[in-house]
Amino acid sequence: MSKKPAPVTESDYLKAYRTMLASRVLEEKLASLYRAGMIKGGVFLGKGQEALSVSVGIHLRRGDVFAPLIRDQAGRLAFGDTILDTLRTYLGSQLGSMRGRDGNIHRGRPRDGYYAMISHLGAMVPAVAGALLARRLRGETGVVGATCIGDGGTSTGAFHEGLNAAAVDKLPLVVVVANNQYAYSTPNSRQYACADLLDKAAGYGVAGHRADGTDLLSCLETLRQAVHDARNGGGPQLVVAPLLRLVGHGEHDDFAYLDKSLKKSAVGADCLELAEKHILSQGWKTAEDLAAWRRETENEVNTTADRVRREPPPDPGEDDWAALSRPEYREQYAAA
Amino acid sequence: MITYLEAIRLAQQKALATDPRVFLYGQDIGNFGGAFKATKNLANEFPGRVLDSPLSEDAIVGMAIGAAIEGARPIVEMQFADFSTCGLNQIVNHAATLFYRTGVPCPIVVRLPSGGTSGAGPFHSQSMEAIYAHWPGLVVVTPATVEDVYTMLLEAVAIDDPVIFCEHKFLYYHLKAEKLPETSLPIGKARIARAGRDATIVTHGAMLHESLAAAAELAADGYELEVVDLRSVKPLDTDTVLASVARTGRLLVVSEEWPWGGVTSEVISRVSTEGFGLLDAAPMRINAKDTPVPYHPDLWSVHRPTASTIAAAARRLLHI
Repeated sequence: MSKKPAPVTESDYLKAYRTMLASRVLEEKLASLYRAGMIKGGVFLGKGQEALSVSVGIHLRRGDVFAPLIRDQAGRLAFGDTILDTLRTYLGSQLGSMRGRDGNIHRGRPRDGYYAMISHLGAMVPAVAGALLARRLRGETGVVGATCIGDGGTSTGAFHEGLNAAAVDKLPLVVVVANNQYAYSTPNSRQYACADLLDKAAGYGVAGHRADGTDLLSCLETLRQAVHDARNGGGPQLVVAPLLRLVGHGEHDDFAYLDKSLKKSAVGADCLELAEKHILSQGWKTAEDLAAWRRETENEVNTTADRVRREPPPDPGEDDWAALSRPEYREQYAAA
Repeated sequence: MITYLEAIRLAQQKALATDPRVFLYGQDIGNFGGAFKATKNLANEFPGRVLDSPLSEDAIVGMAIGAAIEGARPIVEMQFADFSTCGLNQIVNHAATLFYRTGVPCPIVVRLPSGGTSGAGPFHSQSMEAIYAHWPGLVVVTPATVEDVYTMLLEAVAIDDPVIFCEHKFLYYHLKAEKLPETSLPIGKARIARAGRDATIVTHGAMLHESLAAAAELAADGYELEVVDLRSVKPLDTDTVLASVARTGRLLVVSEEWPWGGVTSEVISRVSTEGFGLLDAAPMRINAKDTPVPYHPDLWSVHRPTASTIAAAARRLLHI
């Protein structure tokens, strides 16, 4: 793909930053609600991955398909998920998109192209590929599907099978690898033996792109190019971005296994702080402007959380307990 | 004459011809026409809609799921039911959970060439219906006749839920019919394949024909066995089974699956809990032996239930 997409503008950057900020503030709230014992189930945060994640969501448009993973709050918001539905899902509101039937990061609205991940890593890669195949069979062009995964997920069979199958059919799939140095507690030294995860692109016969996961501009430019190439017939695109997960696997995890030298290295920088510095150094906004944005977001998050906490939980008596859509196929034999 | 295998091909041809949402995806199913030729000439007849996949069962099912979310009606072929374990995660954790979790149904059909044939061995002979029936969110069907394999495959494509379509390889070539029906019993309804009064045999798949042969053998001795073909194991038509047991008072359940859990234990469990008073004798069951399916024809023919072992069990049930 020789053709270049439009360059990333100040306005693009600021829009992405505000979504990153919303994600960070929302996740801070989730962590505090978790500590207060108000969350149903676990909390899994994307702190440190917002620049990469937002760059995926922001470059997709209505009609595209997005299957985010565990640390993609920023990308989810960029693709159209809301603070409201995030809180509803985490707080177990009946009004959330998953109606209490699934929680936290396993949420989505598949009819809107926003897929609800299953926990089995890699599984969403072929699912998005299949969505793109169906779109192609229907004669639709210009559609892109994107899915995110981590360094650990690249070790799964599903990742391999899905990316390979997508490559064979030259589907417009963007697979974004957040190489965040750990899969739960497993360091990269025990995860893969290739010199660089990007080397895998050649093995699959797909285009490869590298982004600096701590640098919002690098992420925006890289994803803009990758999504552009996929949209214009370039087949699957593999994006690899080194960064550091700045929190434990989940809020239950104290992250004691973190190699402190990583935190001090370039990969351990906080992408949100770097983005703020960039905005200030460019003179696009003042420190007061940014502080005001943060307060605004905090207000919205707090107000929304207060509202959601008053919403009803799912009612077991109202759930139809039906795993099949067709009523006559439902069996309740011997159920309690 | 139309074989069971040809009926599968014709059903897929009809689905492709009548529903633009349908496409086929699987290993070797394109120009080659499939390992069993169940898609013979379909790639030619429906260009771009009968697609060879890589050797990737997880991706085959995963892609079908994504396509189904987007409104397609994929039929995917596992080359052998045995290999569906490589796609198990997508089937049971993704396809089967999608509707309950998201409210979006997952209309995929996963064709499993199932069951034993002579000389096929441990990895090309398995009957998987029980394990798939265990997970909520799947419809699991086991057509035993040419007519059923045709109408049930078309029905499977039409419904919105994921269907595990256990077509039996033993029936592929030697089961034949004059013509194919337009309509049939719906999925979820069992069929009385032979009426009788002395005992009920409940079975499915290739074991239907072994059971019918056993019933014919006992008929020569003056005993009339009723044979119920379940057709689908999930949903399982408990009412038809109970009604039959109410008529006969005796129950023998026959399946080619392994004995632990599975269809035989499920049927006996239901009849024992809901129809204990209907039984004049302890219910019986026959399954394949609890070993991998052996390769050698002499071992294989003893590994699975046959007309003679079924007849012998029926005699014990009838105390003759």
